[in-house]
Amino acid sequence: MPSVWTKQDSGPVTAMTAYLLKRLAIAFATLVLASMVVFAVLEIIPGDPARLMLGMNASADQVELLRNQMGLNAPLALRYLHWAGGLLSLDFGRSYTYSVPVIDLVRERVVVSLPLALIALALSTLIAIPVGLFSAGRHGRAGDTIAMGAAQLGVAVPNFWFALMLIYLFAVWLRLVPAGGFPGWGAGIWPALKALVLPAIALALPQAAILARVTRSALIEVLNEDYIRTARAKGLPYRAVLWRHALRNAMIPVLTILGLQFAFLLAGTIIIENVFYLPGLGRLVFQAITQRDLIVVESVVMLLVAAVIAVNLLVDLSYAVVDPRLRSRP
Amino acid sequence: MSLLEIESLSLTIGDTPILRNIELSVAPGEVMGLVGESGSGKSITALTVMQLLPYAARTTGRVAFDGIDILAASEDQMCALRGDDIGMVFQEPMTALNPVKTIGEQVAEGIRWHTGASRADAEERARKMLDRVGLPAAQFPLSRYPHELSGGQRQRVVIAIACALKPKLLIADEPTTALDVVLQAQILDLLRDLVAENRMGLLLISHDLAVVTEMADRITILRHGEVMEAGDTARTLSEQLHPYTRQLAQASMHVPARARTHEVGQGQPLLRVDSVTRDYPGRRTSLFKRSAPTRAVDNVSFSMTSGQSVALVGRSGCGKSTLARMILALDGPTSGTIRFRGQEITGKSEADLKSARRDMQVVFQDPYGSFDPRQKVERLVAEPLHVLEKKPDGAERREMVANALHEVGLSPRDMDKYPHEFSGGQRQRLSIARAIITRPKLVVADEPVSALDVSIRAQILDLFAELNQKLGIAYLFITHDLIVARAISDEVMVMHDGRIVERGKTSEVLDHPQSEAARALVGAAPDLHRAIARRLREQG
Repeated sequence: MPSVWTKQDSGPVTAMTAYLLKRLAIAFATLVLASMVVFAVLEIIPGDPARLMLGMNASADQVELLRNQMGLNAPLALRYLHWAGGLLSLDFGRSYTYSVPVIDLVRERVVVSLPLALIALALSTLIAIPVGLFSAGRHGRAGDTIAMGAAQLGVAVPNFWFALMLIYLFAVWLRLVPAGGFPGWGAGIWPALKALVLPAIALALPQAAILARVTRSALIEVLNEDYIRTARAKGLPYRAVLWRHALRNAMIPVLTILGLQFAFLLAGTIIIENVFYLPGLGRLVFQAITQRDLIVVESVVMLLVAAVIAVNLLVDLSYAVVDPRLRSRP
Repeated sequence: MSLLEIESLSLTIGDTPILRNIELSVAPGEVMGLVGESGSGKSITALTVMQLLPYAARTTGRVAFDGIDILAASEDQMCALRGDDIGMVFQEPMTALNPVKTIGEQVAEGIRWHTGASRADAEERARKMLDRVGLPAAQFPLSRYPHELSGGQRQRVVIAIACALKPKLLIADEPTTALDVVLQAQILDLLRDLVAENRMGLLLISHDLAVVTEMADRITILRHGEVMEAGDTARTLSEQLHPYTRQLAQASMHVPARARTHEVGQGQPLLRVDSVTRDYPGRRTSLFKRSAPTRAVDNVSFSMTSGQSVALVGRSGCGKSTLARMILALDGPTSGTIRFRGQEITGKSEADLKSARRDMQVVFQDPYGSFDPRQKVERLVAEPLHVLEKKPDGAERREMVANALHEVGLSPRDMDKYPHEFSGGQRQRLSIARAIITRPKLVVADEPVSALDVSIRAQILDLFAELNQKLGIAYLFITHDLIVARAISDEVMVMHDGRIVERGKTSEVLDHPQSEAARALVGAAPDLHRAIARRLREQG
């Protein structure tokens, strides 16, 4: 990449800046739109948070008083702006059920969920790309068939069932890791990581299976390109051609899927955190929904939306790193 | 002592025989031309020498390169030969380079791989090689990416990759087929010089007899995987002893018989283009600024009468396709007007264009890419019928499709087939059937025969001529091939840098070109007669 940045004429660099700014603007617009939708949906859902907090026996006057205190009687637009403004300064409001600032709840939980998601993402990529390379290199032969059969199984198996099997094998039978719960990072890095290993695997495997299939088919398509033949005519062995010429060209569809999968990964944490009894964001949002703690739901959903948008922004930017044609597009 | 010797080479894929008893040799410093139509086994022969065949291919016979038995060589041995002693150049320069790597990386890669040179050394040698093929450092630094280069420039990069290590043998598989005639002449000159400089053997594969005649010392003619005739180029082509050689030579110079029976329309012109200009926005130079727009078509005016056949010739990138798109109302001009049958078609809505669309149709270059592979011929050929005032019912529709198929020399029974069941020439007949089904007054044909073999090309040119006479359709042929222009058009317009620089009767323009652009095109166009004559003269 350095060659492009140091080039004399300023074309590609400014084109790159324009591309960057455009992507940023789109990401921000998406975020605003998503916040409106999240706010509106929870506004429509029946159930009065003030009534819920005070219980069924509270009088109408008491409820009205609390509604005024909570600002629930202000006009819709004003409440939205208030809420959205709060989000920007990381003031998410107070939880109705826990009666603590939402930010404190989130802060507590994010240190579990974020490492879990990142480990799972890394794991799925680290499994998928080598498997994809392996399969594409043996296209149509036994190794490919076996690898893709395994991947098919990985796609088909539901992750909560797979999680239970992992618990049975590694926690109950082999007793290598705990079956669930989280000791907290205060208990030391190693015990904490040990508690995250199984959930991360359970989350990563189905993702890895899909990603491996995408990697394989992207590579196979690229391997039919004329420039692969040019590379082979240079005298490069097949393996070198695969790594040096095919992989980078196959990265665009792989990155796209990776970005899309991140949203599923986050959704998956809700189930997996419940299976493993992890105090993460997934469990927080699950509990908040059942208790109609709307402010918590809104905040966590917005946080997840922001995370997905951020990851996809990163994916958009990495396209430009991978493909020089995007950098110089006018 | 031959550099490359192929003896009784046969090749099968599955149970299908692809090559049968091929005999061929190339000596150092010699140019061997390998000629044949598509599917004759030219490329497979080349890939056999490189050992880059599909897995299922099985070979027998002997292929010896510089004393090495290629068919018995291990993959490691082949990797050592490829790119070092044998270089290869491919047909399609637009896709032959890796889009995510710089040209410097791609040229230096082979050098580093084979010689173990350091990055700096390899890049220095790559630089020299790029200079040698005519890509100087000032305009083409090593940091350029393929998409920043034109087709001809990319083909030079591919040649630089293939010749970077001064191979003993260069295999060039249709190296100029995708390029316009002027670029073709330049690339052929380059190859000729490289052969002379290093006493390199060149195996030149082409379907174009004229190109091969200009280049090759000896020629081998393939058909259906068998050698038909081989020998000294000039003698083989002047004597034309083998019937297939004669057939090929005649087809490549074919001019359809065109009796002038119909009257070229008088009075109101069919098509009138008035000072049409088309600009494309310039490249972004900063966030808020763009460089000056590119003028693809620059103040073009001309008119055509009904039944007239006009060729629009020019080099690639001269603006001829942009002009055609505007005539077909697929793109709007930046300024100027286009009138068809007296009605203005610029800036009209699709609904208003319907009647104009009925009277003008298009035939594209690529008979493979212009059909949906999952639809039957009936539906594909009937596609333009939706612009008719009254939609024909099922039976009428089949009737019209059957007629159109009959007119282009196909059987009405072909209606229920899929495109893949047809050969390239038949597919081009299908696209002509699709174009004439609405009985248009004007057909715009964009390089309609340049993807076809010479004998098929001759048949399609005949078909165009016949339909012009029978139905009185006016043609606008867009081509860079002067032989096609000569064969099929009454008038020629030469386009250069967005302008029409010359217009006149076909024979006058092609025999006595006035403008510099026309002279360049005529001078660079390969001509079989001229090439044979020159070879015979040189050999005395």
